Amino acid sequence: MTTGLTALLSHWLRHPLQLAMLMLGLALATALWSGVQAINAEARASYDRAAAVLGQNRLDRIEAGDGGPIAQGLYVALRRAGWKVSPVVEGRLPGTGLRLLGIDPLTLPPDAASVPVSTGADLGRFLSGDGLIYLNPDTAAALRPDDGLPDLQSDPGLPPGTGVSDIGVAQRLLGMEGKLSHLLVTPGRQPDGPLPQGLVRRAPDGGSDITRLTDSFHLNLTAFGFLAFAVGLFIVNSAIGLAFEQRRAMFRTLRALGLSARGLIGIVLLELLVLALVSGAIGIGLGYLVAAALLPDVAATLRGLYGAEVTGTLSLRPGWWLAGLGMAMAGTLLAAGQSLWRLWHLPLLAPAQPRAWARASARSLWRQGLAGAGLLGLSAGLLAFGTGLTAGFGGLAALLIGAALCLPMILILATGLGSRLARGVLVQWFWADTRQQVPGLSLALMALLLALAANIGVGTMVSSFRQTFVGWLDQRLASELYITARSADEARRLEAWLAPRTDAVLPILSAETPLFGRPGEVYGITDHATYRDNWPLLSATPDVWDRIAAGQGLMVNEQLYRAKGLALGDAVDLPGGPLPVVGVYSDYGNPRPQVLIAPEALMSRFPDTPRLRFGLRVAPNRAEALATALVAGFGLPEDAVVDQASLKALSLQIFERTFAVTAALNVLTLGVAGLAMFASLLTLSGLRLPQLAPVWAMGLTRQRLAVLEFARTLLLAALTLVAALPLGLALAWVLLAVVNVAAFGWRLPMQVFPADLMQLGGIALLAAGVASLIPVLRLARIAPASLLRVFANER
Amino acid sequence: MLLTLTGVTKTYATGEGPLTVLDGIDLALQAGTSLALTGESGSGKSTLLHLAAGLDVADAGRVDLAGVNLTTASDSGRAALRRGKVGLVFQQFNLIPSLDVAANLAFQARLAGSHDPAWTAHLAQVLGLSALLGRYPEQLSGGQQQRVAIGRTLAARPQLVLADEPTGNLDEATGDAVLDLMLRLVAETGAALLMVTHSPRLANRLDRRVTLSAGRIT
Repeated sequence: MTTGLTALLSHWLRHPLQLAMLMLGLALATALWSGVQAINAEARASYDRAAAVLGQNRLDRIEAGDGGPIAQGLYVALRRAGWKVSPVVEGRLPGTGLRLLGIDPLTLPPDAASVPVSTGADLGRFLSGDGLIYLNPDTAAALRPDDGLPDLQSDPGLPPGTGVSDIGVAQRLLGMEGKLSHLLVTPGRQPDGPLPQGLVRRAPDGGSDITRLTDSFHLNLTAFGFLAFAVGLFIVNSAIGLAFEQRRAMFRTLRALGLSARGLIGIVLLELLVLALVSGAIGIGLGYLVAAALLPDVAATLRGLYGAEVTGTLSLRPGWWLAGLGMAMAGTLLAAGQSLWRLWHLPLLAPAQPRAWARASARSLWRQGLAGAGLLGLSAGLLAFGTGLTAGFGGLAALLIGAALCLPMILILATGLGSRLARGVLVQWFWADTRQQVPGLSLALMALLLALAANIGVGTMVSSFRQTFVGWLDQRLASELYITARSADEARRLEAWLAPRTDAVLPILSAETPLFGRPGEVYGITDHATYRDNWPLLSATPDVWDRIAAGQGLMVNEQLYRAKGLALGDAVDLPGGPLPVVGVYSDYGNPRPQVLIAPEALMSRFPDTPRLRFGLRVAPNRAEALATALVAGFGLPEDAVVDQASLKALSLQIFERTFAVTAALNVLTLGVAGLAMFASLLTLSGLRLPQLAPVWAMGLTRQRLAVLEFARTLLLAALTLVAALPLGLALAWVLLAVVNVAAFGWRLPMQVFPADLMQLGGIALLAAGVASLIPVLRLARIAPASLLRVFANER
Repeated sequence: MLLTLTGVTKTYATGEGPLTVLDGIDLALQAGTSLALTGESGSGKSTLLHLAAGLDVADAGRVDLAGVNLTTASDSGRAALRRGKVGLVFQQFNLIPSLDVAANLAFQARLAGSHDPAWTAHLAQVLGLSALLGRYPEQLSGGQQQRVAIGRTLAARPQLVLADEPTGNLDEATGDAVLDLMLRLVAETGAALLMVTHSPRLANRLDRRVTLSAGRIT
């Protein structure tokens, strides 16, 4: 056995480049997969920590049935009735984005002891005077002293973006005096009898809202990681296939010398698993670097899109690297499956066929093409009749794999056509020979197809999204200035001062309330030309604005409209009674359901809504002077007055950062595909000599042959690019019209950007050219003796 | 004189130091004549053939083919000479696997710009290939492949045919039949033939015979 293993391993010593390709392919595949998994694991751990604060993932809670606040008096009544409950106030601090939790440490259930003050020595400070807020150190460092907050105390046990204070402090800071968000129920026996009217007891959630909201984002990342992994496996398959083919004679000799087929498979498996283990370990190290590089952008994306806080540093979790090694080994076995199958069925006496691997029979390629066509049909069925994200991704996977399987057949047909149409002898040979290279290069070309299609698809989606988003921002951010007052009194003074100095002062009122059982938002929209002329309506009744102004209807955002399958005229429940839907508007980037009603209707249904924010209409050339005057005259902090351009720039900045990760993964996937191409060309270059040497002997120079080889690679890459174009656009359509709708609730109009496609085409050809450069230069400079070996008789 | 080798020496670098394969070879071949090159394995027969074809360059001495000094000719100059004046037949046939028999037959002639469809058709008929023109090399027997290789060589009407063990991969009966055809057609074209062979029986069928031993003519 050891002798056999030594003989097998000697192959790698003689072919170090092949070994490097195999290990690099596997390492890259593992790196991209495990990098994405590391990011996902880190984000999910952050969500779990956030959900675990105050034991909210373990303790029952009592809430108002309508999702609104609970009067403090009700809490007192429950305590008096013997209920062991503890009050919690929860909300976001305006201007800081901080999620503040107000607690009563004296009644807090023991299961909620993740909060340090329940046993800490700072209890006195926590309860007295201005109070104390416990914060994650990173969050504390990000807050500025002029945010007007009480003393801050770092506690690494708290998740980022969350602060814990005494309930009185939180009520004051959140403007919720006399109100509570919910009550935590201490486990154990509670009084018999029902809860007071309007209160409901809820079991702890299996997953937090953030977990649910971000699921689609992480699924997207996972899909990309998996795509990159699959592309990497093409390199592994190519390298293993070649190594098997080159060692065919050795396998036969070992079998002839008495090694059983089982024993041979055993040592080959051992060899592969050792290689997988080493390459997987390298890949995990690279994956850690990839994840560390991408995590800040992912964290910014999650914060910008979902308000989810994720720590910016990675931790090495045993589950993660073990799963990475498992994937590396599973991937290796998958990539080696075909070769192992052939080895198992290796006839002992068959003559060596050095090119059998590269010359897969036409019948098997047609079979593969038919399977691909079947998958394309399945994809069409899933996309047409399936619902939800799973059907969307299932359709996407079937589309990509189906198209990849069809590619060799398409290339054979295309090169066959070229061969028939060609006139000159060299051109005819060029096409015919290119056709013969397709089976050997098919895996690399399939990898290139997938990478190109992913680039085209995701690129088109992002560009379509950007174009739509910019137009949408112009519509939504119509006011020239946006201001935020620090108090109701200041807001009244500001309104009075601004009235004669602006064309319009448009209050921005909002309240939080459950919509169809999910946390949602209600906005008040003033009846003004600013909105009538600009608001991005997708569908509406003819008198939409009149009915909104009269308090006889509401508008819903697209995500709520699609998620609940609403139609114009359907009623939406709100505190104070339902209202019919009279319009639907696009609301990109917002993961929550939202409705718009008249400001008066909002104030009557949510009377405690603060009136602190305003949009100001003013001549654009006066906006800057007015902003300066507001800051100077009212002593407003500079970030309380924001001009339209800054707001748009900020929104676009968040947008660009959101897709920075996608762009990085795109580039990496294309890079891996380029490497797959390089690996295949390099390994095939040795096998090409028997086909090229006769043509050289008949009078073609090595340089000319090299030029033709270069052109051949470019031609195959160009044909693959042509195939990738419709596939990529189909992918973009699925992402925009199916996956986005299922994941985020909005559908975007698809737009094609020819300049971007041409640029990508150029990059693809460049990558193919670079990938073929070394094999081509080798050919151009090959010693005649190497070519003459093809004709040698004594072999 | 069509082909002249004067004081030709060729040395290869090996792991155990330089190995002299040809050592001061002098040889000449007239148009329309044939010469058999025999010798044991490793005696330098194939190397001599390769130098005569301009596939490789001598380290010392000179090789003249059709008035061109191959030792000093450029790579593209030697390639042009191979295209137009030389025909090669190998033991492994070395057909172009991606082209069918018809395209293989015409390949070198078209490459040299001397394609004569009538002549190629005649060759196909004489070589018994007319019914196989649409087949690919992998669909042919060894004898059939070698006949295609001979047809490909002669279709370009070369002045010099260089054959390296052309029947080495064939059984005796098939080999004899193929050699008969080759000799007949070479004579028909008026080309000179330099053939490497292990077989004294086959060597005796050519006009002259030269034996190589350890890189020298004996």
